[in-house]
Amino acid sequence: MAKMIGLIEVDIETCKGCSLCVEACPTSVIELAEEVNGKGYNYAYMENPDACIGCANCSMVCPDSCITVYRKKVEMV
Amino acid sequence: MEENSMAEVFNDIKKPENLVYSKSKVLTDNVMHYCPGCSHGVVHRILAEVIEELGVQDKTIGVAPVGCSVLMYNYIDIDWQEAAHGRAPAVGTAINRLWPEKIVFTYQGDGDLAAIGTAETIHACNRGENMIMLFINNGIYGMTGGQMAPTTLKGMKSSTCPFGREPAQDGNPLKITELLAQLPGTSLVTRQAVHTPAAVRKTKKALLKAFENQKQKKGTSVIEVVSTCNSGWKMTPVESNKWMAENMFPFYPLGDFKDE
Ligand SMILES: Cc1ncc(C[n+]2csc(CCOP(=O)(O)OP(=O)(O)O)c2C)c(N)n1
Ligand code: SF4
Ligand code: SF4
Ligand code: SF4
Ligand SMILES: [Mg+2]
Repeated sequence: MAKMIGLIEVDIETCKGCSLCVEACPTSVIELAEEVNGKGYNYAYMENPDACIGCANCSMVCPDSCITVYRKKVEMV
Repeated sequence: MEENSMAEVFNDIKKPENLVYSKSKVLTDNVMHYCPGCSHGVVHRILAEVIEELGVQDKTIGVAPVGCSVLMYNYIDIDWQEAAHGRAPAVGTAINRLWPEKIVFTYQGDGDLAAIGTAETIHACNRGENMIMLFINNGIYGMTGGQMAPTTLKGMKSSTCPFGREPAQDGNPLKITELLAQLPGTSLVTRQAVHTPAAVRKTKKALLKAFENQKQKKGTSVIEVVSTCNSGWKMTPVESNKWMAENMFPFYPLGDFKDE
């Protein structure tokens, strides 16, 4: 059986911590960090990386183009 | 997952051939000045993506408004002209007539397009100027501190109607997009939003269509994007999207009004 695994990279310094990506993720991958970036925003990060399916929903709603998305098909054994 | 194996998995996924989404090259590296979660940023992003996908970076000219998006020429790497408040359609008309081979769009807020610029808006659409008008309707004057706009909903609070808009005193909210659909010069008139991934994809599709219409010289394409101004509305970005869906969409229904 094949499965999609995804990975997002957040540009921490340009993230404004708006949380729209957190809301848009169907598999609850993203959360806002306790720490803040240089501008004082709690930036987005992958809290549950295993759950990412690379659907790019998060990047679709990000107003600041902070998210890069990768996706790969893997065969499950 | 173990730390090491996780890093391995990440390295395995993070390869150019697996790239699904990255920031458009038509966007500059300038950090947008908008409040966190502002709809303007999302619309800028998909506009840049459309320009990149169609390969028209060299021939697209934007007309920036007065409003929160007054500095948008810093963010999308194309040619720009700044217009006086509400006058973007007049400036767009001039560009379109001097350079008919270019792609011209205006980008305007509701205060800009539907208040001070109403005459320019209506006459440009009635003439059928061959351009795209992108209309960001957040129901408020965002830039100047959240005053009531022509589009402010009945009962909606703003700094100049703190108890909610009262039509007997403040007049009725204006559905200018429905009005523009009545004019013979418009070819595409649609109302979209960018609050969910699906809505963003639909708005992008409408933009692609509008750019195509321009190439075919079909007249004016109007794309309204019902938007949020979370600072002006005094809500979080996520709450604003919910509030918009519950309160703005019933009065400003999404969909195509005209597609000829
Ligand atoms: C001729 C003129 N009148 C008034 C203003 C003040 N002013 C600046 S922005 C604005 C309204 C902006 O609201 P909108 O167009 O809805 O844009 P938003 O900031 O909400 O995106 C006004 C009235 C101005 N700059 N110029
Ligand atoms: S790509 Fe999809 S699954 Fe992965 S974090 Fe983004 S929204 Fe969530
Ligand atoms: S949507 Fe973008 S700016 Fe907002 S929290 Fe997510 S990554 Fe940061
Ligand atoms: S004031 Fe409103 S429209 Fe302006 S940047 Fe902030 S959220 Fe956006
Ligand atoms: Mg506005």
